[in-house]
Amino acid sequence: MATLNSKIPDGPIAEKWTNYKAHQKLVNPANKRKLDIIVVGTGLAGASLAASLGELGFKVKVFCYQDSPRRAHSIAAQGGINAAKNYQNDGDTVYRLFYDTVKGGDYRAREANVYRLAEVSNNIIDQCVAQGVPFAREYGGLLANRSFGGALVSRTFYARGQTGQQLLLGAYSALSRQIKKGNVELFTRSEMQDLVLIDGKARGIITRNLITGKLERHFGHTVALATGGYGNVFFLSTNAMGSNGSAAWQAYKKGAFFANPAFVQIHPTCIPVHGDYQSKLTLMSESLRNDGRIWVPKNIEDAEKIRKGEIQPKDIAEEDRDYYLERRYPAFGNLVPRDVASRAAKERCDAGYGVGTGKAVFLDFEDAIKRLGRDAIEARYGNLFQMYEKINDTNPYETPMMIYPAIHYTMGGTWVDYELMSTIPGLFVLGEANFSDHGANRLGASALMQGLADGYFVAPYTIQNYLADEILVPRMSTDLPEFDEAEKAVQDRLNKLISINGKYSVDHFHKKLGHIMWDHVGMARTKEGLEEGIQMIRELKKEFWKELKVPGSLDELNNELEKAGRVADFLEIGELMAMDALNRNESCGGHFREEYKTEEGEALRDDKNYTYVSAWEYKGPDQEPVLHKEPLTFEAIKVQQRNYKK
Amino acid sequence: MSKLLGSSITKKLVMALAGLFLILFLPVHLGINLLLLKEDPVPFNEAAHFMATFPPIKIFEVILLGTFLIHILWGIILQIQNWMARPSRYRVTNYSQTSFFSKFMIYTGGIVLIFLVIHFINFYLMKLGIVEGDPENFYKEAHDLFQLPGYITFYLVSFVILGFHLHHAFQSAFQTLGWNHKKYTPVIKALGVIYSIFIPLGFFIIPILIYLK
Amino acid sequence: MDLTLKVWRQKNNKAKGKFVEYKIKNISKDSSFLEMMDILNEQLIEEGVEPVAFDHDCREGICGMCSLYINGRPHGPDEAVTVCQLHMRKFNDGDTIVIEPWRAKAFPLIKDLMVDRSAFDTIIQAGGYVSVNTGGVPDANSIPIERDKAELSMDAAACIGCGACVAACKNASAMLFVSAKVSQLNLLPQGKAEAKLRVEAMVKEMDDLGFGNCTNTGACEAECPKEISLTNIARLNRNFYAAKLS
Repeated sequence: MATLNSKIPDGPIAEKWTNYKAHQKLVNPANKRKLDIIVVGTGLAGASLAASLGELGFKVKVFCYQDSPRRAHSIAAQGGINAAKNYQNDGDTVYRLFYDTVKGGDYRAREANVYRLAEVSNNIIDQCVAQGVPFAREYGGLLANRSFGGALVSRTFYARGQTGQQLLLGAYSALSRQIKKGNVELFTRSEMQDLVLIDGKARGIITRNLITGKLERHFGHTVALATGGYGNVFFLSTNAMGSNGSAAWQAYKKGAFFANPAFVQIHPTCIPVHGDYQSKLTLMSESLRNDGRIWVPKNIEDAEKIRKGEIQPKDIAEEDRDYYLERRYPAFGNLVPRDVASRAAKERCDAGYGVGTGKAVFLDFEDAIKRLGRDAIEARYGNLFQMYEKINDTNPYETPMMIYPAIHYTMGGTWVDYELMSTIPGLFVLGEANFSDHGANRLGASALMQGLADGYFVAPYTIQNYLADEILVPRMSTDLPEFDEAEKAVQDRLNKLISINGKYSVDHFHKKLGHIMWDHVGMARTKEGLEEGIQMIRELKKEFWKELKVPGSLDELNNELEKAGRVADFLEIGELMAMDALNRNESCGGHFREEYKTEEGEALRDDKNYTYVSAWEYKGPDQEPVLHKEPLTFEAIKVQQRNYKK
Repeated sequence: MSKLLGSSITKKLVMALAGLFLILFLPVHLGINLLLLKEDPVPFNEAAHFMATFPPIKIFEVILLGTFLIHILWGIILQIQNWMARPSRYRVTNYSQTSFFSKFMIYTGGIVLIFLVIHFINFYLMKLGIVEGDPENFYKEAHDLFQLPGYITFYLVSFVILGFHLHHAFQSAFQTLGWNHKKYTPVIKALGVIYSIFIPLGFFIIPILIYLK
Repeated sequence: MDLTLKVWRQKNNKAKGKFVEYKIKNISKDSSFLEMMDILNEQLIEEGVEPVAFDHDCREGICGMCSLYINGRPHGPDEAVTVCQLHMRKFNDGDTIVIEPWRAKAFPLIKDLMVDRSAFDTIIQAGGYVSVNTGGVPDANSIPIERDKAELSMDAAACIGCGACVAACKNASAMLFVSAKVSQLNLLPQGKAEAKLRVEAMVKEMDDLGFGNCTNTGACEAECPKEISLTNIARLNRNFYAAKLS
C-alpha cells in the first residue's frame, strides 16, 4: 500500500520554503530546451505556470477546452485577491494571513503549504502590477484595498468587480508572449481524455480535438493539471457550464489519490434559483457583504406576506428585521466566513423566514447608500448591481437584493505533496484542482491567490526539482504501447457513450445527479442521507449507462458527447464525495454533519479523530476505494474552535 | 497593394487628411459661388479668372485634384477591403446604434463623384476648350445652367447627399486623427452638423434664387 | 411565451449552411436566452435531431464565449449584455427570432452558430502584454499611478474578447478590441516602455488577419457588452501615429 509522504521541508515554518528553494535541484538552460511539459488548463494556475515555464526555457504544451485560454473560469472571480502587503498599516503580516487561512479552513489544511501561500502572496501583487493589471487605486496613486470575509484587516486587492478577469488576462498576456516566442504551444478546444503513464510516471495525455473529434497524443516529461474544481457535480453551481472534474478524475483512476472530496464551498451570496430550466447560478461578489446588511423578517407572518408579494421589504420596520449574522456573530457580523454565512441563511430559510421563493434572504444596501451616497456604492459595486438587475429585473439601489447560498468552489481535489506533485510521479496538480491550501473552507479572495501562487511561484520551482532527474530521458515517441492502450481505452469509452442510444439526454442525468447531491451531500449532511445518496447515485449511474442518448457522431464537433463524458465522471465523483462525507464524522468548514454541532448549532469539529486529510485511492471499477490518512500537525498555530462571535 | 499603402490606420489617415482638406476648400468655393447672386457678372468672372490664372492657385489646383483622386481612390480601396472582410452577409441587417450616415459613405461619396464629373465637364473642360462654352464668362454659363429645372434638381440632390456625406465625415476625420476628447468631441460633432447643413444649403440656395429671379 | 426561431445550421466549415425554423413553446420570460436555447436543444434531442451548436461557458457575462447575432444585433436586443445575460423578457410572445453566427472573414465558422475567434488570440500574441518575466519585478506600490489613468485603463481592460465589435461593424473591423488592449497597457507606466512596439505589432497583425478598416461608425461601441468606448480607438490612432513618426 502506498504511503503518503507530504515532503514538508525541515525547519521553522517561516524558513521552510526558503530552505527548499536553497537546496532544490535546478536544470541548466541547455537542458531545459530538451524537456517537454504538458499543462492542462489555462486558468490562473495553468496560464501562469505555462508562461513561467516558457520564460524559463522549457518546451511547454498548454491545453484548454475553450476557444481561447482567456475564457477559463478564473475569469469570473469578482471580489479580489489577498496579499499580506500591509499597505493599510492595519497590522497585517504574512503570519496573520497564514493564520487566517488556516483558521478559515477550520484547521484541515496543511500548515506548511498555507504558510508558503501567504509568503508568496506579496510577489503575486508585484507581478500583476508589473504586467499591467489595473488594480483599484487611491487618489494618491497607490493601491487600494478592501476587506473580505474571515479577516480583520483590509488585505484584498481588487479591480472593480472583475479581479479574476484582470488577473487572468495578465496571466494570459504573459502566456501569449511565450506562445509568440515559440516556447509554448497552445491547443484550444482540446479536452484531455486520459493520462498516459510510462513506467509509473506521468508521461503524456490523450486529448480530443473538439472540432474534428480526433483523438490526439501528446508526450511530456511531466504533466501538470490545472483544471479547476468539480463543483458542477451539483449541476447548478457558479461554475462555468464546461467546468468539470474529468482530468483530475482520469488521474485518480490512474493512481493519483483524491483528497477531501467532501469539502465543497457553498457561497452565501448568489442569486437564488428561480426555475427548473435554470442552467447556472450567478454569484454576487462577497465584497458586497462589506456594505450590504443581510436580513430576513423577524416575524414569520411578515416573511409569508413578502413571499406572497403582499408587502414589500421596505414595508418592514427596522425593529421587525432580523439581521441574523450581526445578531449571532457580533465581532464579524456580515463578514463571517462563507460556510458560516451560508449555513445561517439556510437555517433561517428552513425555519420559514425565507423570502422570494422561500429560499432567499435579503442583502440590503439602504444603510450604506444613506451613509456613503449612491455614487459611492455605484463606484464600488456598479457592475454587480447592473448584473443583478439584468437577471432579476429589480433595482438593488431601491429594493434589497435577494441572495441564497450556492455551490461555488471545491476545496477537495487531487492529493499533492509540498511540491504539488500527486501520488503519480511527474504529475503535478495546481490551483483549485488540488486540495492543499484551503482545508475545509476557503476564505474569500484566496482562490486567486492560490492559483497564481501555484502557477507563478511554486510549481516552476518544484517541477524543476523533479525534472532535474529527468534530463537524460529523451523525448518519447507517442507510438509507444502505453499511448496505444490509453487511446484505445478512450476510444472505447466514447464509442460506448455514443452507442447507448437510450431515451434521455445528458442534462437529464446531470440534473438528477445535481438534485441528489444538493439534497444528500449539500449544506447539511447526515449519515442516513449520505448512505441514501450513495445508493441513489449508484442507481443513477446504472441508468445513465443504459438510457443515455447522445446524438451526432464521434468525428465531429459534438457538445452532447463532451457533456456525456464529463457527467459520466461526475457520477463517480459524486459518489466518492458522499463516501468521504460519510467517513468524516465531524463538522468542519464546508462539511456540516447535522449530528455534529454545538448546542448553538455551530459546526463541531472532532480534532482528536479527524485532524487528517482523507486521501482516496482508486482500486478499480466497482471496487471500494481505499482511504489513506495524512495526519495534519500544527506547530506554528494553536488549534482552536473557530469563533467569529467575539 | 496593402503593403504599399501602409496599414489600415495609415490609409484612414490619408482619407481623413484629404477629406479635411476638401472640407476646407468647400467654403472657399462657396464664397466665390455666392458672387453669382450679384446682378453684376464682373466680380464672379474676375474671381473665376483669378482662380484660373494666378500661378500659386494653379499649384493649388493640382493639389486639389490630387486630393480628390486620393480621397476617391483610397475610399474605394478601403471599401473593397471592408466588403472582403465579411464574405458572407447577415440575413438580418445590422441595426446597431451608429453614426447613421456612416453606413452609406461609399454610396453618398459615389453620387457626389458623379456630380463632380459632370461639374468637371461643365467647367473645367470648358476652360481647357475641350467642351464648348465661354470660359471667360462662367457667370453666364452658370446662370444658363441654373435655368434648367432638371439640372437644378440634380444639383440640389447632389448637395443634400454631400451634406449626408459630410455629416459623418467631419467628426469621423477628427476621430481618425485621434482627436477624441470628452469635452471637445461634442463641440466637434456639433460643428460637423452645422457645417454639413450650412455648406450644402449655401450651395444650393444659389441656383434656386437665380431660377426664381 | 411561444416563439419561432430561425437558426443558422451548418454542419461544418465546408458544408453549405441554411436557416432552419423551429417552434418552441412555454418559455418563461425570466429564463435567459441561452436557457431558451438549452430547452430548444433538449427538444431537438428528443426528436432525434442534432442539437444546435453554440459557444457559451460562464453564463455570467464575463468569459466572452457566447456569441449569437440575434435579430440583427450581436448579443441581441439589450444594452451592455452578453447573450447569456439577455433575458427572454426582452421578447414578446409570438416573436420570430433570427439567430445567426458572427460573420467575418477573420472568424471562420466552425459549426452552426460557433465561430473561430482565435484571431483575437493571435493579435494579443503580437503585443498585448508587458514583457516582464515572472519574478524580479519592483514592489507594487513603487510606481504611483494617477487614479484617473488607472480607471481609464480599467475601462479598456474590461473587454471580454467576445468579438461583438467585429460582428457589429459593417466592415468587420477589430479596432475596438485592439484599441482596448493597447489603451489598457499604454496608459499605464508599466506599459509605456514598449508602447510603440505594441501598437505597431498589434495593428499589423490585425490587418494581416483580414479584419476590415474602421470607418468610425460607432456600431462596435453601441454593441459592446462592456461598453468599451470609441475614445480608445482615437487613442490607438494617436499611439500609432506617435509610433510611426518617431
